[in-house]
Amino acid sequence: MDNPFGKITTLERVLELFHNRMTIMFGGFGGVGSPPALIDGILEKGVCELTLIGNDTGFPDIGIGKLVSRERAVKVIASHIGSNPIAGQLIHDGKLEVEFSPQGILAERIRAGGVGLAAILSDIGMDNELVSKEKPRVQLGGKDYLIETALTAEVSIVFAKKADEYGNLIYDKSARNTNPLVAMAGEITIAEVEEIGPLGSLNPEEIITPGVFVDYLIPSKGVNWKWAWE
Amino acid sequence: MGMGVDIRNQMAKRAAEEIQSGMVVNLGIGIPSLVPNHLSTETMVMFHAENGITGMGPSPANGEEDENLCNAGGFPVTLNSGGSYCDSAIAFGMIRKGRVDITILGSLQVSQNGDLANWIVPGKKVPGMGGAMELAQKAKKVIVVMNHCDKHGNPKIVASCSLPLTSSECVDLIITDLAVFKVTAEGLLLTELFAPYNLEDVINKTECEFKISENVRNIPY
Repeated sequence: MDNPFGKITTLERVLELFHNRMTIMFGGFGGVGSPPALIDGILEKGVCELTLIGNDTGFPDIGIGKLVSRERAVKVIASHIGSNPIAGQLIHDGKLEVEFSPQGILAERIRAGGVGLAAILSDIGMDNELVSKEKPRVQLGGKDYLIETALTAEVSIVFAKKADEYGNLIYDKSARNTNPLVAMAGEITIAEVEEIGPLGSLNPEEIITPGVFVDYLIPSKGVNWKWAWE
Repeated sequence: MGMGVDIRNQMAKRAAEEIQSGMVVNLGIGIPSLVPNHLSTETMVMFHAENGITGMGPSPANGEEDENLCNAGGFPVTLNSGGSYCDSAIAFGMIRKGRVDITILGSLQVSQNGDLANWIVPGKKVPGMGGAMELAQKAKKVIVVMNHCDKHGNPKIVASCSLPLTSSECVDLIITDLAVFKVTAEGLLLTELFAPYNLEDVINKTECEFKISENVRNIPY
């Protein structure tokens, strides 16, 4: 295949972008839609003291949970960690810091980061200290809102079903979840893709993430973990 | 409790009575997930999942699971005809914009003014709120389906929640194994009883005052 935009590359090459103490944003919801080869590569490279931003911490051996449960992160920004008891234990032991954000607000904070906005205004969880603590408030039309800051990352990693050589992406069913948002919010975005085709191979009306947001494409061999329901 | 309908299904069946054709409905885990079994095939409902599904169908048969088609709890589901996928920001946009007609969820405690406490289990680590706050705060109607008392026999309907709140003054209807309450501006109103329970049973097992409807319905199933 041609590689006219130079975006198609290998896992080995993109792993050069990862280093200690960086911020990584990941797509996925309970591990569904998280990029397996990239996560394994980051794990094997051994980078640590990471800040991870995404919906949840997966399961101990599923999705981003693999990095969390092997203590590669010092902070997670997520909406839920309940499916990964090791994350809960690490937080309890003071080895991992967590910032919880309501799920849809987290998604919008990521989206805001991806579309060049500094923050969003939200009325979710205003009376809940865990959500509202230390967040500035503004009044608009007689109502109070929290200022929820946008989120970005040095590198975003996403998992897609199909891509063309420009990095236009199509996802698979509910594995889309946070991926289109995360894809926009990275300074550098790497998509792990199951099928990479030539320009013109995707129906332009069906592309979910424009390739504008995607810097690198690596081929995927698919999920390599066993699901909780299996 | 005749007809062999167990208590969980009894509560789910009562919750299903609230659902009308054309509604968008979000179901929590546990008893709420039994609700679709009690809807007639003529009721056209779009079941919504926070990860990004509208029009979710039943669980697939063994061996038919698709790892990329799961509900917000991570379990395999199917997609009904007319269903669609979206990203999670849009899925929550539907909730915040008020497009989700009903959310049916479990709870640890509900107070007499509709405060919901369902996200921190006493003595366990804080799991995070997930999407519960947005659903509780923004779904048009919040229905709680839960046992009347916890496993130690303590009432779960209380004057004021002792557990941390998910969201305040958000619950509209409470369905327990004993009774059904509406949350009104004047507090709780008991409207229905499940056999074999009577008013006295409910009063004894409820930790707050409540009004009693003039026509209490005895639920026939």
